[in-house]
Amino acid sequence: MTEVTLSNVVKKYGRHQAVHGIDLAIADGEFVVLVGPSGCGKSTTLRMIAGLEAITGGEVSIGGRVVNDLPPRERNISMVFQNYALYPHMTVAENLGFSLKIAKRPEAEIERSVAEAAAILGLDELMERKPAELSGGQRQRVAMGRAIVRQPDVFLFDEPLSNLDAKLRTQMRVEIKKLHQKVGNTIIYVTHDQVEAMTLADRIVLMRDGYIVQVGTPLDLFNQPVDTFVATFIGSPPMNLLAGEVSAPDRITLGEGLAVPVPASARGGLRVGQKVQFGFRADNLMPVGHAVEEAGQKAQLRLTVTLTEPLGTETLLFTEIAGTEVQAKMLNPRPVTPGETFDFELMLDKCHIFDAASGNAIRS
Amino acid sequence: MFRRRLPEWFVLLLPAILVIAAVVLIPLLFSLYSSFTPYRLTRPSSLWRWVGTANYERILTDAKFWSAFGRTVLFLTIVLNLELVFGLGIALLVNKVTWGQRTLRTVLMFPMMFSPILVGFQFKFIFNDNVGLVNNVLQSTGISDAALPWLVDEKLAMFSIMFAEIWMSTSVFAILILAGLFAMPRDPLEAAKVDGCTAFQTFRHITLPFLMPFIFIAMTIRSLDVARAYDIVQIMTGGGPARRTELLWTLMARTGYVDARMGLANAMGYVSILLSIVFTVYFFRKLSAARAELGMGG
Ligand SMILES: Nc1ncnc2c1ncn2[C@@H]1O[C@H](COP(=O)(O)OP(=O)(O)O)[C@@H](O)[C@H]1O
Ligand SMILES: [Mg+2]
Repeated sequence: MTEVTLSNVVKKYGRHQAVHGIDLAIADGEFVVLVGPSGCGKSTTLRMIAGLEAITGGEVSIGGRVVNDLPPRERNISMVFQNYALYPHMTVAENLGFSLKIAKRPEAEIERSVAEAAAILGLDELMERKPAELSGGQRQRVAMGRAIVRQPDVFLFDEPLSNLDAKLRTQMRVEIKKLHQKVGNTIIYVTHDQVEAMTLADRIVLMRDGYIVQVGTPLDLFNQPVDTFVATFIGSPPMNLLAGEVSAPDRITLGEGLAVPVPASARGGLRVGQKVQFGFRADNLMPVGHAVEEAGQKAQLRLTVTLTEPLGTETLLFTEIAGTEVQAKMLNPRPVTPGETFDFELMLDKCHIFDAASGNAIRS
Repeated sequence: MFRRRLPEWFVLLLPAILVIAAVVLIPLLFSLYSSFTPYRLTRPSSLWRWVGTANYERILTDAKFWSAFGRTVLFLTIVLNLELVFGLGIALLVNKVTWGQRTLRTVLMFPMMFSPILVGFQFKFIFNDNVGLVNNVLQSTGISDAALPWLVDEKLAMFSIMFAEIWMSTSVFAILILAGLFAMPRDPLEAAKVDGCTAFQTFRHITLPFLMPFIFIAMTIRSLDVARAYDIVQIMTGGGPARRTELLWTLMARTGYVDARMGLANAMGYVSILLSIVFTVYFFRKLSAARAELGMGG
């Protein structure tokens, strides 16, 4: 059993505090993704788990053992680095087998493990090449192979796909997920890309400025963001946010005179006069006749399209509500010219209300 | 018009060709020619007598030449290896220093700033039997009760000269290796740590292979340098006493300028160039191999 636990973990670089007391419990075999904008402390956190960065405060334990003072080699982890970090003077085969060679495993066992990893990742043809003779995607595979060969308790990935082109990235994402299903180890994965986080994670840890903002399954974060930061970070396109004010216990006024009913989910937590942010996703604002047929409370809005982004199965429509640009979605799309006006329906049940001052979600 | 114009590329290269001819080619040809004559500095007319390979035959059977040759090879081998070990050690230590590293790097270069002649004088006095610092310390601390003949005994004298040479030039290795350490990517080191390496294993398997090209560059430079060691030896012992510390260049200088037999000295010069070529080619090969190993291309 290899659970990883962080309790009140702090990292300071001199006077600059990069990580502010993080608490996190990762279960055995869980795929956890740390995600957040650049510079929020994801890598620092991961490197503290790996033992590459000293822990300023708090406790990290792996498999029930406190590892604060153990060097990386005694933590039984593998790490895949953003720049691959292959050993330039070794062939692919030597790169793969290096950790076993250091562990003084028998020659035959090394060969077998290396061959296995090579087969999983399709590296057989490349075994005698040096890293300099490989493409980015191939290097990426070797880096993953090197991690697999060790059979570690925990895999750590630090933005392993960010140097690949979009197509390769999608492909490798699938392979990483397959790898996890095959070996079933605990994986902690760092990325700044919310799509990677959504697609890979059992559980997402969303970080900002050295703090954890929200922890949950991808759908938790998507459907119940705790604040406007989560709401705009997770999901693509980002959630639309409109400034508004609670004008009556069951009414929110957006801009000049446009009033919408308060969604049932937020009704209890509001007081009249409160400034709020009214949030909804593009999926919840659709033109009548091109919308999801779904029961529920709806508001009708007549809006003019300013720009379109056809994506094939759907088209993104840019429009304005009360002077703020918002994005809507059109299913079964037909060609739309900017300037066209539609009747849209807004799914009120799927809307979110955030306090304007704190940004926190209001739910009753 | 019959005057043909010289091709443009030739005209453009002409200044360079002339300079090279004047400073390299002509002296080279002249010395090569003179090595086939019994040329004596004191009798210029001897330059015109051709004696064929007589000088070379003489050298090949000359025990004095070969012992100087052998001593030079030994000197080269020991000095280069020790400089490598010390240079590597110093570079690794300096690389660890986080505070005042720039100053330290500058200090490292101090020995290189001295003229070899001055270094020779300095160590000549340090190792002097009677008034030298070394003997003084040895005797006053009671480690040795007699004065050691540092510059007289064959082995001790070679040791003293090597010591001076190493003191002066270890920093060449240290600085080049330090440059290598600065250029070293950090990621593979971290990967090695995660892969289970101890600090020493990381050094042995990751750092050292990466430093090899830098080491061989230093080796190439220094092998050329040490193979023509002259000043320090000339000042400290003059190749003596009784030729006990004679190296190729002190021998050649003695033959050419003291005995005035320039033709013979030039012949020695050409034979010993072979030594330099062998060492240089050897290290260059190693350099290319090490670079290829790192995927930097031959
Ligand atoms: N070695 C370091 N020295 C000083 N500050 C650092 C160091 N490494 C990271 N930081 C700072 O810590 C914060 C978090 O960095 P990092 O964990 O790398 O962010 P990311 O989430 O992009 O991986 C950043 O503000 C960064 O500038
Ligand atoms: Mg990072």
